[in-house]
Amino acid sequence: MTAPGGVRATAAIVARGDGRGGTSLPVLEGEGPLALRRTRGSGTEARVMLVGAMSGPLGGDHFTVDARAEQGAALWIGSAAATLALPGQDKAAARYDVRLTVADGAELHWLPEQLISAHGSDLYVGTRVDLATSARLVLREEQVLGRTGEEPGRLTSRLTVRIAGRCVLDQELACGPGAPGGWDGPAGLAGHRAVGQLVVARPEFATAPPAARVLADGAAVMPLPGPAALVTAVAPDALRLRRLLDAGLASLC
Amino acid sequence: MSRAALLVLADGRFPAGGHAHSGGAEAAVKAGRITDAASLEEFCRGRLHTGAAMTAALAAAAALGVDPTGLDRAADARTPSPALRVAARKLGRQLMRAARATWPHPELDALAQRFPKGAHQPVVLGLTARAAGLGPEDAAYCSAYEGVSGPATAVVRLLGLDPFDATAVLARLAPELDRVAQDAVDAARRAMTDGVDALPARSAPLLEIGAEVHAGWPVRLFAS
Repeated sequence: MTAPGGVRATAAIVARGDGRGGTSLPVLEGEGPLALRRTRGSGTEARVMLVGAMSGPLGGDHFTVDARAEQGAALWIGSAAATLALPGQDKAAARYDVRLTVADGAELHWLPEQLISAHGSDLYVGTRVDLATSARLVLREEQVLGRTGEEPGRLTSRLTVRIAGRCVLDQELACGPGAPGGWDGPAGLAGHRAVGQLVVARPEFATAPPAARVLADGAAVMPLPGPAALVTAVAPDALRLRRLLDAGLASLC
Repeated sequence: MSRAALLVLADGRFPAGGHAHSGGAEAAVKAGRITDAASLEEFCRGRLHTGAAMTAALAAAAALGVDPTGLDRAADARTPSPALRVAARKLGRQLMRAARATWPHPELDALAQRFPKGAHQPVVLGLTARAAGLGPEDAAYCSAYEGVSGPATAVVRLLGLDPFDATAVLARLAPELDRVAQDAVDAARRAMTDGVDALPARSAPLLEIGAEVHAGWPVRLFAS
C-alpha cells in the first residue's frame, strides 16, 4: 500500500498520425516528477523524453504513465536519466504504473533508462501493454539492483503484453530483501546485479516468427506465443546488460 | 477425497515421464551454479517460489474447474522460453496418457481432444486430480513438490550427490512448500472470479535463459 503522504503524479501522452506522414501529440501532459519534453524526432516519428523534475519514486509515491499511439502514429519515448527508487520517510512502498496502448498500424518505442533499486527502497512496477493486431512495439526495461557496491532495495516488476486481447507475456520479477527466497540463487539472478527485458512485437512475426537464440551465457532471444519476441538478459552491471539487450534487438532486425 | 489416490498421483514412479526432466538443474550444474547440497537448496528454493508456485496455481485452478483452455493460454504467457513450453506440453501429453488409463473421466477426454499435441502439464495435472476425486490443495501440492523433487533427483545423478543429502534438502523446503501450495490455492480461487490474470507470474531469469542454452546442446542427459 502506498501512504497518503506520498506524491501522486501522472503523465499522459497521446500520439496520432497527422495525415501528412508525421506524428502529432494532441496530449502531452506531465506533472511534478513526471515532466515531459518533446524533442526533435526523425521523419515520421514524434519523440518524447521523460524528464525527472524531482527525485524518486520515494516510498509512498504513486506514479502513473499512460501513453497511447493511435492510428498512423510513430511514437518514441525515452527518459533523460535513470529512475532511482529511494526509501521514503515512513517505510511505505512506492508504486509505478505504466500503461501503453498501440493501435493498428501505429508504432511505439518505449526505451526509458534503467530503474535503480537503492538500498531500503520498496517499489512495485506494473507495466501493461495492449497492442492491436498490426501494432508495432519495441519495449525495454532494465532493473539495476543497488547503486555501485550497494545492497539493493526490494523491487517487484510485472510486465504483461497483450496482442489483440490475448496475453502473450505475463511475468513478474521479484528481488531484494523480503522477496521470496532464492531470488539471487542459481535459478534466479545468481549474483548478477542487472537484469532486463526487451520485447519486440511486429505483425510480420505472425507468419515468420523469429528463431530462439542464445546470445550469451546470460541472454536469450525467445519467441513468445504470439507475434512477439522477448530478450531476457542478466549481467554483472548496467553497461553489460545494455550491450546484451542491444545485441538482442539487432538480431531481431 | 482419497488420500491413497493422492499417493498414487504424487508417486515418483507414476508413469508420466517426469524422470526424464531435470527442471533446469542440468543446465545449472553445467554452468557451475549447482555444485553441492547448499546450492541445490537455493536452486530449488528459487524454483519453488517462481515456476513451481505458478504451476501449482495453474494445477489448483484446473482442479477447481477453471476453463482449461484459458489456463493453457495463461501457462503459455507465463513461459517465455519456447524450450520450456515444448517440455511442458510433452509432459502434459505423457501425463494425459497415464491419467486416462488410471482415472478415466470425460473432462480428460475433452482436454486430450482439444490439445492433441499436449496441454501444459500443470493443467493436465489439475484435471487429473479432479478425475481422481482429489481437490485443489492436492493438485497444488503435487505440482509444487514436483517442481523441487525433479531437480533434487536429477542432481543426485548429475553430481553424484548423496541421495540422503538431496532428500534432506527437500525436507528443509517443506515448510515453504506448504506456504506456496496454500498461496496457490488462494490464487486459484481468485481466478475463479477474477480470471486467470489473478494467477501468479513470478519468473526466474536464469531458468528461462538456461532452458534455451540447454536446448541447444547436442548431447544431454535430461530432456529439459
